[in-house]
Amino acid sequence: MPVFYGVEIASPLMLGTAQYPSPAIMAEAFHRSGAGVATVSVRREAAGGDGGAFWDMIEGLGVPVLPNTAGCHSVREAVTTAHMARELFGTDWIKLEVIGHEDTLQPDPFGLIEAARILCEDGFRVFPYMTEDGILAGRLLEAGCEVLMPWGAPIGTGRGLNNLYGLRTLRAQFPGVPMVIDAGLGMPSHAAQAMELGFDAVLLNTAVAKAGAPAAMAEGFARALEAGRLAHEADPMEPRDMAAPSTPVLGLAELE
Amino acid sequence: MRITVNGESSQIAAEKLAAALDELGYGAARVATAVNGEFVPAAMRADHALCEGDRLEILAPRQGG
Repeated sequence: MPVFYGVEIASPLMLGTAQYPSPAIMAEAFHRSGAGVATVSVRREAAGGDGGAFWDMIEGLGVPVLPNTAGCHSVREAVTTAHMARELFGTDWIKLEVIGHEDTLQPDPFGLIEAARILCEDGFRVFPYMTEDGILAGRLLEAGCEVLMPWGAPIGTGRGLNNLYGLRTLRAQFPGVPMVIDAGLGMPSHAAQAMELGFDAVLLNTAVAKAGAPAAMAEGFARALEAGRLAHEADPMEPRDMAAPSTPVLGLAELE
Repeated sequence: MRITVNGESSQIAAEKLAAALDELGYGAARVATAVNGEFVPAAMRADHALCEGDRLEILAPRQGG
């Protein structure tokens, strides 16, 4: 199972906690899939509000939490949000998002490196949400990140692995670094494909929460991840262009 | 003094952040605070002086992806 900053997680499925029809359905999705990490956020609290109730529910899931800096567009916003999340959730893990474009929600690679450096120096364990750019990956590792989270496709699109070549290259470029495909997955087959490529885990939310039956979809993702992991470890065959019979040619009868 | 609390203008009598949270009705709520974009740890709220026009953000755990 994946190891992030010295912590082994129980499943390669990292699951978001937003957009479910109800808290009970969210809990069911976690239980049925055995998801290994729960992602959470921090948002404005009204006077007399009860953010504690949500926190109690998340603690009840019994899995490590990964707070995010979702919605932050600047280094300053992301760093301040990370500090607030660390105090609220009692973890130094942070899913670092520095969004560079309002429509595509593409990560801002320049702000990401700067924020990662600041947070790593301050003791955070940073999980950077990034594009599949290999140069960016190297800079993030230099900044102190020990996990990388390249996107599959833009957040919430469900389009799967948009740039297979780029992701395969990134995986090959940094073979020892734990990598999570974060965002853009829509179907369990996308998750299986990520594991077949040698990625260590996937992080998703919308594909499960917005399915008609979220818990069933979560279980589907869990099974696909296991299938993909087994396939990767089984050393898959090389694709080839020409057909090659699988049934022996030797001993074929002459019947014409 | 008048400050902005989570984007809304608010009149408070308290001069320190911890007292302001009590006055605003947050009591013992599980919240994190930032003033003018800078994180203020819970342990420093009692001593953190607020100024006219400060922007106070009060955040709590929420769902996220």
